[in-house]
Amino acid sequence: MSGSGEPKIRIRGLHKAFGDKRVLRGVDLDVGAGESVVVIGGSGTGKSVAVKCALGIVEPDRGSILIDGVESVALRGVAREAVNARMGMLFQGGALFDSLPVWENVAFGLVAAGQHTRREAKPVALETLAQVGLGPEVGDLMPAELSGGMQKRVALARAIAARPDIVFFDEPTTGLDPIMADVINDLIVECVRELGATALSITHDMASVRKIADRIAMLHEGRIVWSGPVSEIDESGNDFVDQFIHGRASGPIRMAVRR
Amino acid sequence: MNPLAAIGRAFLALLEAIGRLVLFSLAAVTHIVRPPFYPRVLLRQMVDIGYYSLPVVALTTLFSGMVLALQSHTGFARFSAEGAVAGVVALSITRELAPVLAGLMVAGRVGASMAAELGTMRVTEQIDALSTLSTHPMKYLVAPRILAGFAMLPPLVLIGDVIGIFGGYIVGIYKLDFSPGAYIDQTWRFIEVRDVVSGLVKAAAFGFLVSLMGCYHGYRSAGGAQGVGRAATSAVVSSAILILVFNYVITELFFAK
Ligand SMILES: Nc1ncnc2c1ncn2[C@@H]1O[C@H](COP(=O)(O)OP(=O)(O)OP(=O)(O)O)[C@@H](O)[C@H]1O
Ligand SMILES: [Mg+2]
Repeated sequence: MSGSGEPKIRIRGLHKAFGDKRVLRGVDLDVGAGESVVVIGGSGTGKSVAVKCALGIVEPDRGSILIDGVESVALRGVAREAVNARMGMLFQGGALFDSLPVWENVAFGLVAAGQHTRREAKPVALETLAQVGLGPEVGDLMPAELSGGMQKRVALARAIAARPDIVFFDEPTTGLDPIMADVINDLIVECVRELGATALSITHDMASVRKIADRIAMLHEGRIVWSGPVSEIDESGNDFVDQFIHGRASGPIRMAVRR
Repeated sequence: MNPLAAIGRAFLALLEAIGRLVLFSLAAVTHIVRPPFYPRVLLRQMVDIGYYSLPVVALTTLFSGMVLALQSHTGFARFSAEGAVAGVVALSITRELAPVLAGLMVAGRVGASMAAELGTMRVTEQIDALSTLSTHPMKYLVAPRILAGFAMLPPLVLIGDVIGIFGGYIVGIYKLDFSPGAYIDQTWRFIEVRDVVSGLVKAAAFGFLVSLMGCYHGYRSAGGAQGVGRAATSAVVSSAILILVFNYVITELFFAK
């Protein structure tokens, strides 16, 4: 762990159920300042839900989420906005505003936070687009005119455009070709190393995990069942982790499929 | 199952729905009056509601005015009171038909599209994304739409008033053999400021209601494409009902003795 002192994000005993489906059942997770933590885990285990709890999009049933030592569960209004202003989020589905052109999507947070006027924000947006490998001509297209992978990269650009303190990446490389995926991995690493951001990422892509993670946490059945530095992932001694990183169908993790 | 319990549950669900709607409206109104404001979004909504609804409102009021002249003439001719045709057209259009028809047309056109747009934004997480980008979704999406509905229906209805009365005039002149001067004279003799004002107050209320219901159902939609479709339907049906209810209430306030 690279974080010294209090962690940037401290999640304790996080519970969330949808109806009688208990998704999170006591998640504990620390992310140190300037650290890049990757959460892995099977599909539908609640990784996205956990991140949305941190952003206040989903309200947890129980538990605590400290951001810089401040309890953020149940924050409302201006206080919530102040916390969220320091965070960026790449949504799994992109969630681009389809009524706005690409550059306005990327510039949105900059303008909304009052960092820039609309006119000033355009070059910044185009520069951020260039970082994710998209040329200025893409800026004037509408999101619906982009391929899935391009949309993902625009969403990534939007998440980091305002240089947030904390960035959540929900599956940043799914749907990208291996080369572009690596470019995005480098970009995430750069965000953390050079801008000093704290990153909490979710991914299924083990190549990406090894590249961007300082530390890995595995979510299974609503709890973090293992967490440790990326160097220990191959000798974790944890059957869940072993099964996951080798992608074996047989093992302690049962997928709910009928044979 | 106990039938009383079922009735009780339905009643509680109704109260809950009303409570939610009232809270939503209050939140929306507080966001309208508190900065930051989004003039670009507001302008776009005003153009969409005001300008692009003009053709439908013009057509509906035109033909309503025409049919009113025709129908009231056949009725009044029996009492040799043809002179009242112009007045009946003017009163009916300004007090009732222009605001109600414009409200219903805008409910179908704008209310449904607001619900579909916000509903799609909800299910594709665009509304969640707004809150991660220093923007309150109620303030950015809902407040400008409600303000635009409230502000744009009165001018729309005023235009509808003129067109509806003109429709009656056309039929009066070319079909019922009124002299143009007499028809216009009759119109001015009957119509009062209060008639027009009550219609405009209705229009503002209906515009508010249509946008409110469109936003409310869209904002709360869930469950993919089907949920979005449901939201659009609910928005149209509920705003149409509310328009008719409030039409009575406002009429009562203005004209009851
Ligand atoms: N708004 C919601 N309403 C009801 N159930 C939900 C909602 N959001 C998520 N869930 C449920 O919570 C569970 C976890 O969802 P989540 O999106 O967090 O999975 P995930 O771990 O991100 O999976 P994936 O890797 O496939 O993205 C799922 O079973 C899902 O059905
Ligand atoms: Mg997910």
